[in-house]
Amino acid sequence: MRKIYVNEDRCLGCHLCEYYCAFAHSGKKDMVKAFSSESKPQPRLTIEEGDSINFAVSCRHCETPLCVKACITGAMQIDEEGRVFVDESRCVGCYTCILVCPYGSVIPGKEKAIKKCDLCIESGKPACAENCPNLAIVYEER
Amino acid sequence: MINFLVKYELAIEIALNTALYGFLILLNIEVQVYNLQNNGVLKIPIRKSMSALFCYKKHLNLFLNFIVKEVYDMLLKEGQVRIPSGCAISGIFSREGRRMSGKDIVKSISVMHDRSNGLGGGFAGYGIYPEYKDYYALHVFFDSNAAREEAEKFINKHFDVINLSRIPTRKHPRITDEPLIWRYFVAPLHGKLEESQLDEKEYVARCVLKINTNINGAYVFSSGKNMGVFKAVGFPEDVGEFYKLEDYSGYCWTAHGRYPTNTPGWWGGAHPFSILDYTIVHNGEISSYDANRRFMEMFGYKCSLLTDTEVITYIFDYLNRRQGISLKDCAAIIAAPFWTEIDKMPEDMKKKFTAIRNVYASLLITGPFSIILGFDGGMMALNDRLKLRSMVAAEKDDLVIVASEECAIRVIYPELDRIWSPKGGEPVIATLIGGVV
Amino acid sequence: MGINLYAPQFEVCRDQKKCIKCKVCMRQCANEIHSYDQELDVMVADDSKCVDCQRCVTLCPTRALRITKFQNEFKENANWTQQAMIEIYKQADTGGVLLSSMGNPVPYPIYWDKLLINASQVTNPSIDPLREPMETRVQLGAKPEKLEFDKDGKLKTKLPPQISLNVPIMFSAMSYGSISRNAHESLARAAEELGTCYNTGEGGLNEDFYKYGKNTIVQVASGRFGVHVGYLSAGAAIEIKMGQGAKPGIGGHLPGEKVGEDVSKTRMIPVGSDAISPAPHHDIYSIEDLRQLVFSLKEATAYTKPIIVKIAAVHNVAAIASGIARSGADIIAIDGYRGGTGAAPTRIRDNVGIPIELALASVDQRLRDEGIRNNISLVVAGSIRNSADIVKAIALGADAVYIGTSALIALGCHVCRSCHSGKCNWGIATQRPDLVKRLNPDIGYKRLVNLIHAWDHEIKEMLGGMGINAIESLKGNRLMLRGIGLNQKELDILGVMHAGE
Repeated sequence: MRKIYVNEDRCLGCHLCEYYCAFAHSGKKDMVKAFSSESKPQPRLTIEEGDSINFAVSCRHCETPLCVKACITGAMQIDEEGRVFVDESRCVGCYTCILVCPYGSVIPGKEKAIKKCDLCIESGKPACAENCPNLAIVYEER
Repeated sequence: MINFLVKYELAIEIALNTALYGFLILLNIEVQVYNLQNNGVLKIPIRKSMSALFCYKKHLNLFLNFIVKEVYDMLLKEGQVRIPSGCAISGIFSREGRRMSGKDIVKSISVMHDRSNGLGGGFAGYGIYPEYKDYYALHVFFDSNAAREEAEKFINKHFDVINLSRIPTRKHPRITDEPLIWRYFVAPLHGKLEESQLDEKEYVARCVLKINTNINGAYVFSSGKNMGVFKAVGFPEDVGEFYKLEDYSGYCWTAHGRYPTNTPGWWGGAHPFSILDYTIVHNGEISSYDANRRFMEMFGYKCSLLTDTEVITYIFDYLNRRQGISLKDCAAIIAAPFWTEIDKMPEDMKKKFTAIRNVYASLLITGPFSIILGFDGGMMALNDRLKLRSMVAAEKDDLVIVASEECAIRVIYPELDRIWSPKGGEPVIATLIGGVV
Repeated sequence: MGINLYAPQFEVCRDQKKCIKCKVCMRQCANEIHSYDQELDVMVADDSKCVDCQRCVTLCPTRALRITKFQNEFKENANWTQQAMIEIYKQADTGGVLLSSMGNPVPYPIYWDKLLINASQVTNPSIDPLREPMETRVQLGAKPEKLEFDKDGKLKTKLPPQISLNVPIMFSAMSYGSISRNAHESLARAAEELGTCYNTGEGGLNEDFYKYGKNTIVQVASGRFGVHVGYLSAGAAIEIKMGQGAKPGIGGHLPGEKVGEDVSKTRMIPVGSDAISPAPHHDIYSIEDLRQLVFSLKEATAYTKPIIVKIAAVHNVAAIASGIARSGADIIAIDGYRGGTGAAPTRIRDNVGIPIELALASVDQRLRDEGIRNNISLVVAGSIRNSADIVKAIALGADAVYIGTSALIALGCHVCRSCHSGKCNWGIATQRPDLVKRLNPDIGYKRLVNLIHAWDHEIKEMLGGMGINAIESLKGNRLMLRGIGLNQKELDILGVMHAGE
């Protein structure tokens, strides 16, 4: 299955992936409109910045996901292809998955439900990989 | 309309002459009647009237030709040219060295009349001066007697002149504005040759180039041994008639009819071009001309004739005579194989052709061409590597015949042993069995 | 000291309605111009340090930014232009030599734009490059007087070493130090894929790049940085840099800011020290000394590598080229006054040297007049901007061209001309690791390959249009060019006729 991979040699820490991810999930067609509304959209990945290394952290879609095991409501699920996704209507915001994820990929949402990378299932083209200016983020099979 | 006039000129001439005859006979009768009153039948003798008639005829002919040519030229100048089909070339070679009359080659080239536009035609014959075969035959055009005197001074200083005369020609209505055409059989002056420390051929070539560049109004258009070039502004069959080619016989004849596109029609500009015994007749236009010319001019050649073809002649002289490269390899230099072919060749061939395309890169000739090279003891025909011009080759007994069209071969030899179309870049080389006599 | 007498050159215009405060401009500007004002919740910019590198404009996701000239106008004066006055202010402030990067920006005439190319019609067919073979392969090196064949037709003559290029375009010398390691990697990988060569410049060759040796030209400049036997043997050819088009008469200059660990190791100099090459080679004070160096290099490499001598285009370039052709060199490279540089004194860059078009025409003619044109190959550089420039250069007499600035532009350069500061926002002309990261060699080399492929295809179309199917028939074929808007003297020097003739 194709997943998101990040090359730390190439990541510039520009945060553009965060903004494009948030925009892709905002439901709006215009980026300015998406970010000027009261409730600013949230990205599903975070940039870890250091002195000389930057890295975009997003869900690894593990083969044996700990978050799915830990989820108390069954909102966190894994489909046949191996994609781990959250059913936001069932999430109660207990944050157990955030505690349990060894990579820190799950993000607390502004509303109840948590946010995590869904490989942009709607468009089929992950916004972070499409818009990374240095091709640090790639969407491929390994 | 003009085509009609030209093609049926003879018929029109006869018709008009008949009309004139008729008129004059009428005139005769008139005169007779008139003089009856004087009681002396003054009959104008038929002979006199006939001669009067002939005078009229000659003037009439000239007048007719003048009209046709002028109108034709006018039409050409106004841009109403016929559909261009390029020039025409033809060549006949006898491997056994049998000497053939110039009639055949004239017949061959005349069948391709439509490929020329009357602005140039020429022939090269080999083996035509057997009595002077050890001497260089210089054919020269002079614009004036002054030019001739200056040139002869130069020639006498550098050569021993065995024989000199005007080249015999016959008047032809369509060949006009002829310069003085002279022929000298010469040998390099022994003392001068020693002094120059050059080999004989190089000495002659340099003298010829000197005359052509430095002496205004003089142009040496043939300078080989036992061979000669005959050329003029006109259709090739007319040129053949003009120079009385039926009186010469040689073992090799090449011919050319010109349709010049980028140079003025000038006697010196007609083909064949020659230096020493190399002659080239060429159909096509060279896109790489300036690249080739600027390379050749590094070695003392001066392209003075405002036409593409001259440079091809110099290239053969440089590669074959001065560098000693075989004709087959010369063909490989000027019509080199493509890199895609070279990359597939075995190692030593690959090395050879890579080196050829490297060192002689500026001698690659691009642009459509089909050429016939005549030289002492042989003839070579070659097409450009994309085969953009037509050329047909044939064999019959010991003869090798090459021409732009099959009809030009069949018109002299309807039955042939073999006829084929050579591939682009593949030379057809024919040489005398038993070498040069 | 005292008042700061000059206003900023550029103004950062931000459309606040479009700005989403993603802060990418702040994060990506090495000159630290953009910042986020917490209290007012807006992005602000300090115009004074902007160099118009266009990094923020390109990355802004909502295209909210644009850079314009700072519209502060001194009183109009055709003689005392604002630029002229600001330069004096700078020198009065610092007492230093004005330093600039990249090529001459002054509006001198560009002769490439005054030459027109021919096409064949009617009398000579044009050739279709999609259906007929169209050859752009060139071989550079010294050619022998003649070729000899044995009685079987096999080649007897042994040729001196040659470089074979699939396209008549090579990458010009840009030293490691003036440009980043990632830029060099992009150039090396592109040269390998294209079947052409790139040039190390005077900064030596990093060990990791020895594997691209077949496609590398190693340079020996007056500072002899990084020159040792291994270096010489690593490349496909050796180039002696006698001069450079951007700064004829003086040596290379690498400011100390750009000399980090790796650069210092490759160049064999201490970290942080300015690398200033001497003006002449101190062992070449006359033409015969050049001959000595050429042969020393040949001896050191067992006569297996062709030697290139690179000179700047100056007034008597024809005579110099003639001397070099007789000195044993295999290839002559001429760099015109528009050539780029990492750092050069402004006055020298803008005023010294002559246009490459005129230099090429006169060198080619002089070598032909002396009958030695076929002994060497000629490569030209100095602002080749597109494939038409290449066709015109070859028609004037060149064998191949070097491209420098064009290659950098393909990698993302916006010619902001601040390379000497070492803060190239595109990761090209810098050594700071955080900035060098910005040039991804995987993207970079692909872009270079794309550029050269595109130019090669355009060259083939133009060749076909002229009725030529092999680039060697264009070399020196000046009848394929006509001048337009040139006076008689210029036409004579270029050796072309005027359009219409």
